Amino acid sequence: MASLPTTAADIAAAVSSGTVTASEVLEKHLAAIAARETDVHAFNLITADAARQHAARIDADVADGKPVGALAGVPLALKDNMCTRGIETTCSSRILEGWKPPYDATVVQRLRDAGAIMVGKTNLDEFAMGSSTENSAFGPTKNPLDLSRVPGGSSGGSAAAVAAGFSAVSLGSDTGGSIRQPAALCGVVGVKPTYGLVSRYGLVAFASSLDQIGPFATTVHDAALVTEVIAGHDLMDSTSIPQPAPNLRSAVGQGVARMRIGRVTDLPGGAEPEVMKRLDDAFEALAAAGAEIVDVTLPSIEYALTAYYLIAPAEASSNLARYDGVRYGLRAPASEVNAMYGATRAAGFGDEVKRRIMLGTYALSAGYFDAYYGKALKVRRLIADDFDRAYTQVDAIITPTSPMVAFAFGDKVEDPMAMYLCDVYTIPSNLAGHPAMSVPFGTGAHKLPVGIQIMAPALGEVPMFRVAGALESAARGLK
Amino acid sequence: MTSPTSSSSISAADVIKVARLARLDIDDAQVEHFTEQLAKVLEHFTDVDALDLSDVQPMTQAYPLANVLRQDVEQPCLDRDEVLAAAPQAQDGRFRVPTINGEA
Amino acid sequence: MSDMLLHNGWELVVGLEVHVELATKTKLFSGSPNRFGDEPNTNIDPVTLGLPGALPVLNQHAVELAMRIGIALNCTVQPSTFHRKNYFYPDMPKAYQISQYDQPLNVDGFLMLPGEVRIGVERAHLEEDTGKSTHIGGATGRIHGSEYSLIDFNRAGVPLVEIVSRPDIRTSEQARQYVTELRAILLAVGASDAKMEEGSMRVDANVSVRKPGDELGTRCEIKNVNSVRAVGRAIDYEARRQIDMLENGDRVRQETRHWDDGEGRTHTLRVKEDADDYRYFLEPDLVPLAPSAEWVQSIKDNMPPLPAARRARLSAITGASQESEAVIVIVERGQDDYIHAVVAAGGDASKALVFVQQAFADETAQPRVPAKDIATLTVMERDGKITSTQSKTLLAEIVANGGGDAVALAAAKGFEALDNSAAEKMVDDVIAAQPEAWAKYCAGEEKAMGALVGAIMKLSQGKADGKVVTAIFNARRNA
Repeated sequence: MASLPTTAADIAAAVSSGTVTASEVLEKHLAAIAARETDVHAFNLITADAARQHAARIDADVADGKPVGALAGVPLALKDNMCTRGIETTCSSRILEGWKPPYDATVVQRLRDAGAIMVGKTNLDEFAMGSSTENSAFGPTKNPLDLSRVPGGSSGGSAAAVAAGFSAVSLGSDTGGSIRQPAALCGVVGVKPTYGLVSRYGLVAFASSLDQIGPFATTVHDAALVTEVIAGHDLMDSTSIPQPAPNLRSAVGQGVARMRIGRVTDLPGGAEPEVMKRLDDAFEALAAAGAEIVDVTLPSIEYALTAYYLIAPAEASSNLARYDGVRYGLRAPASEVNAMYGATRAAGFGDEVKRRIMLGTYALSAGYFDAYYGKALKVRRLIADDFDRAYTQVDAIITPTSPMVAFAFGDKVEDPMAMYLCDVYTIPSNLAGHPAMSVPFGTGAHKLPVGIQIMAPALGEVPMFRVAGALESAARGLK
Repeated sequence: MTSPTSSSSISAADVIKVARLARLDIDDAQVEHFTEQLAKVLEHFTDVDALDLSDVQPMTQAYPLANVLRQDVEQPCLDRDEVLAAAPQAQDGRFRVPTINGEA
Repeated sequence: MSDMLLHNGWELVVGLEVHVELATKTKLFSGSPNRFGDEPNTNIDPVTLGLPGALPVLNQHAVELAMRIGIALNCTVQPSTFHRKNYFYPDMPKAYQISQYDQPLNVDGFLMLPGEVRIGVERAHLEEDTGKSTHIGGATGRIHGSEYSLIDFNRAGVPLVEIVSRPDIRTSEQARQYVTELRAILLAVGASDAKMEEGSMRVDANVSVRKPGDELGTRCEIKNVNSVRAVGRAIDYEARRQIDMLENGDRVRQETRHWDDGEGRTHTLRVKEDADDYRYFLEPDLVPLAPSAEWVQSIKDNMPPLPAARRARLSAITGASQESEAVIVIVERGQDDYIHAVVAAGGDASKALVFVQQAFADETAQPRVPAKDIATLTVMERDGKITSTQSKTLLAEIVANGGGDAVALAAAKGFEALDNSAAEKMVDDVIAAQPEAWAKYCAGEEKAMGALVGAIMKLSQGKADGKVVTAIFNARRNA
């Protein structure tokens, strides 16, 4: 068992060539789940039986000399807000508890075609609203590195699953940092691709103009591999960019010589000093690797959080209106339909979801639209313009992913604004629609991991992965 | 023309109206709770009110695409029994709901 | 204008909102069939049902049919967008309707009514239809007093174009003409089957009254107007109701009213409330629809001739008035091309108009009889080779057989018209043989003519033309 490959790329290569079986690899991961899942609670559902059958089919295909995909035999965990046909998809909400979608998300189809083996559906903040996974209706996920701390969120279960070795890779969704922030807090790689690079078909919507699916992995190369598999045009998503998936794996080892990397001089403050120290280390490492560090300003990103917390709830208030107890999910008993709606939604949604539905409904309502939602969209433009200006000077920008390392349970639950501040560095790329990723880069307070965020212009995944590869190499030498 | 500002804080009456629009039953304690929390979030918007946004075009697309169309070709339908089995209540091949007395 | 005023000098002001279901194969945003009359909930897919994760993709054919409507109504086709109109109702799956709002596809057109009356068309925009609710229990099957409702989503997502007229209509007759002409246009351009009784064309009337020159009065919206006749009746009723109220010193309340065709009156459906707040915002799951000039031009180039032009052409060739029933009906049925084919085959145009109107009333498309067969028949009758009675018999036979040579058929039946000298001889013979009947007829008893003509028919074995014979008898009496 000791010699089994651990990265997705190595697993797929070994399984395809028949040197190890998908079943062996799977059993190792299922054993890890059996040992620690009770403590970590990364999953809403573990699909061990289906996974074993799938692994056996792949092994049979390999034995028969049939071609297998780029992720053959790679154990994968899927955030529980992506539709899986006949398999419960809950969004960690009571309102969808027990719902089995009659269709597969596009990413699910593509991963299956590539031979990835789904081991389970991972926990999240209800409907992906939160930064700690504490908003799950089914209980929080714990950080595998310190069980007294949060794994981040909203894709906390997917980050934890990879960090704990429950799966080689996983998928999350990122609306304001929901992949990158938990990746940082759990010490793994997390990618939010350009808006439109990965199909959203079958991703249960939180905020449609911001949501994007992306991978978690232990290496930058694995993250590139999974992104390549799930990216590319999809006719089922009108916002899908009509381009084939880019070649990202080749970018990872290219180095950063002569790249121009931006340092944001007016970055919003508030980050832990140990986190800022790691950012300095990162610039130093990139400079040492031949990159030019260039100061840039993003004057409008101080308003990003405010704009985001109107735009995302506004879209969410509409996206979540369909949970009305008519066609699927929870229904509270009532003798009249409007009473049924009110009671169903009151019983089915948790506090944070209600708060955002209320906020979003308010921001869109007559008399307030121009003052709130309309203005927030203008601020969004200012932020995108800031980035456009900056990217005339630089190829990529790096910042901390999260202002803080993993925090203790309960620290921010009572104060929504404190929780929202977790996303202060991640939100701007969602608003701009740009790619961004988090790479582990040493540790901060309490010896907990720090993530460095790399941002790039739309469809700038190649330069982004070049920087990520360089940081990953440099991180090995960090103290 | 001056643009509307968000300076006026959200009231309990607003919260009650919004909850009704969103079809969310809330009790008195929650009205108070939400009024306070939403006010706190909206407070931050006063910073934005200070910006001159008159010449700024709202950003309505994260990536600029237009005219995305599909061909008028039939695709397989979902299985009615599978779908209705997932419904809270169904009857005669249809979804059943309590009587509709309110306005749309 | 004075002839358009109602009693006591009130002026009627009507604007019509007409919803038409487009004749596409599939829904506006998904691939399930757009088909009327199927088993409930069989034409459903994730988008139609508003399942979590489903995304809309716009149907190109629906856009093209909508453009055809716009062009036929002399509109400008412009760049457009889709909004979400948020409201809860059990037959609205996502709890929002996707509709074009402040940037509709077609704007600023008009429709001409007989007498050069021009009715402005404000807009013709795309939107999706709702499902259908059936109210069960209670005495009347109405919504009030029902015990529960059953929802069928087959119609949900069917493409609609909503055509909104300006409030330019001044009489109920104009309203009827508008609906009739609009329907003819929709059929002509193949955009819809426009069946009011099946709901594929639905008319709502905004009715108000005022004294000429005054501001517009408070309007009521009348729904459930399911036939052209009902359009006129509902408007007349509603105008009278409003005038009575105003003359009694009451105010008209802005509300939606339901036309009850059986009772011949309108009822309050719901009062317009301030609480109506649809929270419109741009649909983030769709991208703008901005037809290129080339696309619009190609639609224009392929537009079929419109009813007004077709009526003019048919009128010119047949001599019948453009507003005659025969011309209107033939163009509505789309059989004018057939008449042109009959004429091209040497037929008589005015007789062809009569024949086709009578013989092909059941046909919705082109008659299956070869045009030359009808042409031959029209010429035989025009030239007096057969009587009109004989020609009717032959026409019925030709239609029943899907064709046939009228000359051969007439010969086989021994049909031929008597020439005039033979007819005159027979008249003299009958006068001599039946002096009593002749005397009565000469004394002014018109009934006696029946016996005289009957005798001729017997004598001629049906070959005499009744009209010709009657004329000869008259000439003898007046001589």
